[in-house]
Amino acid sequence: MSDTELAFVRHDQIPEAPPPPSERGAIKWVRENLFSNVTNSVLTILSIISIYYLATFVVPWIMNGVWNTSSLAECRDILQGAKGGCFSVLSERWNQLLYGFKYPNDQYWRPTLAFLLLFAAAAPVMFFDLPRKLLIFTGLYPFIAYWLIWGGTILSPIFALLGFVAGYLVYARYVKNSFFIGLFGGIFAAFVAWYIGGKIVELLNIQNPTLEAVPSRDMGGFMLNMILGTVCVSLSVPLGILLALGRQSDMPVIRWICVIFIEFIRGVPLITLLFVANVVLAFFLPPGTTFDLILRVIIMITMFSAAYIAEVIRGGLAALPKGQYEAGDSLGLDYAQSMRLIILPQALKISIPGIVNVAVGLFKDTTLVSVISMFDLVGMIRGPILGAAKWNGVYWELLGFAAILFFVVCFGISQYSQWLERRLATDHR
Amino acid sequence: MKKSLFIGALTAAVVTGGVAGAATLDDVKARGKLNCGVTTGVPGFAAPDANGKWEGFDVAVCRAVAAAVLGDSEAVEFVPTTGKTRFTALASGEIDMLARNTTWTFSRDTDLKFEFTGVNYYDGQGFIAPKALGVTSAKDLDGATVCIQTGTTTELNLADFFRSNNISYEPVPIETNSEAQQQYLAEACDTYTTDASALAATRATFENPGDHVILPEIISKEPLGPLVRHGDNEWGDIVRWTLNALISAEELGITSANIGELSGGTNNPEINRILGTEGNLGEMIGLDAEWAKRAIMAGGNYGEVFEKNIGENTPVGLARGLNAQWTDGGLIYSPPFR
Repeated sequence: MSDTELAFVRHDQIPEAPPPPSERGAIKWVRENLFSNVTNSVLTILSIISIYYLATFVVPWIMNGVWNTSSLAECRDILQGAKGGCFSVLSERWNQLLYGFKYPNDQYWRPTLAFLLLFAAAAPVMFFDLPRKLLIFTGLYPFIAYWLIWGGTILSPIFALLGFVAGYLVYARYVKNSFFIGLFGGIFAAFVAWYIGGKIVELLNIQNPTLEAVPSRDMGGFMLNMILGTVCVSLSVPLGILLALGRQSDMPVIRWICVIFIEFIRGVPLITLLFVANVVLAFFLPPGTTFDLILRVIIMITMFSAAYIAEVIRGGLAALPKGQYEAGDSLGLDYAQSMRLIILPQALKISIPGIVNVAVGLFKDTTLVSVISMFDLVGMIRGPILGAAKWNGVYWELLGFAAILFFVVCFGISQYSQWLERRLATDHR
Repeated sequence: MKKSLFIGALTAAVVTGGVAGAATLDDVKARGKLNCGVTTGVPGFAAPDANGKWEGFDVAVCRAVAAAVLGDSEAVEFVPTTGKTRFTALASGEIDMLARNTTWTFSRDTDLKFEFTGVNYYDGQGFIAPKALGVTSAKDLDGATVCIQTGTTTELNLADFFRSNNISYEPVPIETNSEAQQQYLAEACDTYTTDASALAATRATFENPGDHVILPEIISKEPLGPLVRHGDNEWGDIVRWTLNALISAEELGITSANIGELSGGTNNPEINRILGTEGNLGEMIGLDAEWAKRAIMAGGNYGEVFEKNIGENTPVGLARGLNAQWTDGGLIYSPPFR
C-alpha cells in the first residue's frame, strides 16, 4: 500500500458551507414561525391583511396630524377632508390634561417634582437590593409630596410627621408591657401631637408661605389619577393585610368586624361609594364644615380596594400548608413573629399576581371620579375640553392620549410584578 | 332619573330645616366669593378655556350676580356639577345658586324645594337624525334607537312623546352631551334627542353638518334658568333682579359700551333707576346703588351675552328666535324696574 494507489486523498477539511438559504436567517424564522403549516399560513396572511388595513387608517391619521391650530374648525380647514388627526387639542390643552384646569400654571414644577421623587421613594420598597437606608426617604416622601402638591406652610407636614414620630415613640416604649397599651397609647400620642401642631399652625397663621397653597378642588388631570392611585394602593395593601389576618383571627369580635367590613364593601359598587362620599356625606356633616373631597374619595377607594386585597391575601394564606403554621408554633414563636417571619412572606409571594391585578384595576377605577364632577384625566376630556365650543368633536386624539398614559403606567406595574415573581421564585422548580 | 329625584327630594327635605333662613347674602359677602354651580362643560353655556377661565352663557349669569353683590365679576367659585349631582349640591348649601341650563318644572320648583329666579333661555326638545335615514318627522321614528341623557327632563319628555303618539323606541342611555355626539356619529343610535339649542350646537361641530337634519317637531317646553334654594327670598330676589337687569338693559339700550355715558344721568327715568342715579332700588334689594350697573358691566346686557357666547357668529351659532326681546317678537321680558 502506498500513497500513489489512492486517486484522491483530501488533506484538509472542506470549509464549512453556510446552511441552505431556506434554512437560515429571516427566511427560516418566517417559515418556522409564520408558515409552518396551512392553518398558520392562513392566519398569517389574514393578520397581514388586517394590519395593512389598520395601518392605512392609522398611519396617515398620525402623519397628517395637525398640531398647531386653535380650533377643530381650523384643523378641518387645513386638512380639507384628508384623513388626519387634530392633535392641536393636545398641544393647546396638554397642561389641563396633566394638571387639571385650575392648578396655577407657574406652579406646574411642583407636582412634576413630586412625581419624579416618587420614583426615588418607591425604589427602595420595590427593589430590595438597594441600601436599606434609602427607606428613610420613602418614609419622608408622603410629607414632602403633600407639601409640594398642596403647598401652604411647611409646618403642617412637619407637625403631621412629628405626630407619627410621637406615636411611634410611645408605642415603642409601652409595647413591651402590652401590645394594646402600646398601640392605643401611640395612637393617642399621635393625636395629641397633631392637635397641638394644628393649634400652633393656626396661631402662627402664616400669610405668605414659601409655596403658594393650592386647594384640593383645584387638583385635576392625570395628576389626580396619580395621586389617587398611588395613595390608595399604598394605603390599601397594609390595610388589606390587616383585614385578611383579622378575618382569620381567633378573636370573634375582630373576625366579625373584618368579615362584615369586607363583605359589605365588596357587595357595593365603587361608584355608589363615590356618590356617598360626594353627596350623601355632606348631609351628615354639620353645615359649613368642609371635609376635603379628595380625602373623602381617597378613603372610599382605599376601603374598596383594601377589601379586595384582603380577599386576595386570604387566598394566599389559605394556600399555605397547615404545617407552616404548626412549624411556627413549634418553634415557640408568638403570633406576630410567626406571621412576620414564616406565614406572610410566603402568603404574600403567592398573592403578588392578585394584588397587582387589584392595583392595576384600582388605578384605572380612579377615572370613575369623573362622574362625581372631579376633573381627573377622563373628567377633563369629557367635561371642559369637549365642552369647549372650539374642541367639541375631537374624540380619538384625546381618548387615545388618555389610553397611552394609562397603558404606560399599567404596563409598567405589570412588568414590575413579573420581575418580582421571578426574583422571589425560591420554591420547587 | 327616579333615583336622583328621590335622593334630591330626600336630601332637600333633610336640609331645608338646617339651611332655611340662613342669609345667603351675608354668607357670600363674608366669604368674598360666590359659589355658583355650572355644568361640567356644554359648548357656549359653560366651559373653562385654555387658561382655566370659565366662560359661557350660564357663566355670565354667575358673573353678573357676583359683580352685583361683591363688586367683582371674577369673585366666583365655579362648582362643576353633573345632571345627577346638581340638585344635591344646591340643597346641601355647597353652592349659593345653580346656573346650569336647568329646566324649570313644577316638581323641581315645589317638591325639590327650589326657587327658579327667571328664564335666561327658552329651549325645547328636538331630534337630530342623519339625512340617510330618510325621516322627515319625529313621528316616523317608530322602533328607532334613541340616544338620551339620563337624569334629565328630556328622558321623561321622550317617553311621553312616544307614548302619546303610540309608537315605540329603544333608549340608549348616555351621560354627557359629548358622549351622545360620539354615540350618534358612531351610529349607535338612529337619532339623538336633547334641547334644540344643544342639537344645533352639536350639529355645527360635525364634519359634514349637511348630512344631518334637525326634525321639525319640538316636543317640549324647556325654560332654562338659574335657581336658588327655598327659604331665602332676599337672595332669590337678588338673583332674579340681576337677571332682569341684564334683560331690561338690552330693552332700554344700555350696553357695556355706553353704560359709562348713561350713568351720568339720562332723560329716561327707568334707565336712571337701574343705574342707580335715581331712586333707591339698590337699598331695597339690600345692595348699594350701583349693583345693576356693575352686573351689566360684567359681561354686557342680555343681548351682548347671547351674541358673545351662543349667537350666530359663534361656533354654537344659535339664532335669537324665542329668546328675542318681547319687543322683537320673542319671549324675553323683564318686569319693570320701579
